[in-house]
Amino acid sequence: MPRNWSDQNIEDVVGNLLRAGVTLSATVVFGGGLVYLIGHGRAAVDYRLFRGEPPELRSLSGILHNAFSRHGLGIIQLGLVLLILTPVARVAFSIWAFAAERDRMYVMFTGIVLVILLYSLLGSGSAF
Amino acid sequence: MWQTDTGMNALEFTILVAIGSMVAGLLGALTGLGGGVVLVPLLTILFKADIRYAIGASLVSVIATSSGAAAAYVKEGFSNIRIGMFLEIATTLGALCGAFLATVVPTRFLGMIFGLVLLYSAYLSHKPRPRTERNLPPDPLATKLKMNGSFPSEEGGMRAYNVQNVPGGFSLMFGAGALSGLLGIGSGAVKVLAMDQAMKIPFKVSTTTSNFMIGVTAAASAGFYLSRGYIDPGLAMPVMLGVLAGSLLGARILVKAQTRVLRLIFSVVIAFLGVQMIYKGITGTI
Repeated sequence: MPRNWSDQNIEDVVGNLLRAGVTLSATVVFGGGLVYLIGHGRAAVDYRLFRGEPPELRSLSGILHNAFSRHGLGIIQLGLVLLILTPVARVAFSIWAFAAERDRMYVMFTGIVLVILLYSLLGSGSAF
Repeated sequence: MWQTDTGMNALEFTILVAIGSMVAGLLGALTGLGGGVVLVPLLTILFKADIRYAIGASLVSVIATSSGAAAAYVKEGFSNIRIGMFLEIATTLGALCGAFLATVVPTRFLGMIFGLVLLYSAYLSHKPRPRTERNLPPDPLATKLKMNGSFPSEEGGMRAYNVQNVPGGFSLMFGAGALSGLLGIGSGAVKVLAMDQAMKIPFKVSTTTSNFMIGVTAAASAGFYLSRGYIDPGLAMPVMLGVLAGSLLGARILVKAQTRVLRLIFSVVIAFLGVQMIYKGITGTI
């Protein structure tokens, strides 16, 4: 298999993966936004004072629980998690693609990037 | 009208933020300067949001627009996946450090740093770009890392290029990642600078590869922000949807628009916002 051909194929898959991830997350965020505004559209909002989000909107288990209880803010947050996971999925796919090309050096580089990404999601607090 | 503590309810706030974000995304796409850089000043100055909420919302929209744009770019064969992946080690590490810094740096300093970055971007958008040298000899390290490539040139056919100064580019990329994580911007301009100027990668390859990298860089810090509770769904929702809609619209009308005049106006706006952010940082009203 010539290298350029397979590189082009990988790029096609990566492009589709990114587009699908963004479309899915934007749809979920939009749906969550509707639920939130129908329920709380008339409530006053104030973002001047920073309080930080409560645990149910910052950990994955909390977000999932909140979203499946059909709380608008939980559904939006789930959509945002899907959005953050889109580039992570791209990196994970690239590891597989470099492995298929038997490019060990780039499997390693991509693996390092994936570890850093997972650390930021998992290691830095109570996200999951 | 802009005082969110009186008068405005969630619905009005959402609609106004969505419109503002859409304009930012549209202008960012049309001028190529990116919408992220005006979002944080827009949210903090106009909508009076705390800068940490604004940075979180901006980061999320950066992932959305860069992933949307990268999907189109990778198919054209300009971007170099190996260069991008190798340099992402630097940008993601930088992004983590930047995001960590953002949690400890006082908000007034965040405002001032943001203002300086705005002023520098406004300046950078007018500085003539020195021509990238062509036909450079292969660099041993870049060759070992399999970074040299070719791309479809304007003259037709494929043009080959040899990547230079990998350590210099790698260090600049760490800085680009740190800025991105600290301020919630894509920092595409610094990424392009690292590739185009330091590593002598052709401009077209640099810009498309940079776009490809922005999403992964932003994801590294967004994960950190989310788990720290800096991403508020009520604010991030209209920002992300607005910017995404604006940038998609911008990509469609790009060919017809007078981008030169628009670029000039936009850079004046950016400079003005930069001065505002610095002023607010100094007076501590951010």
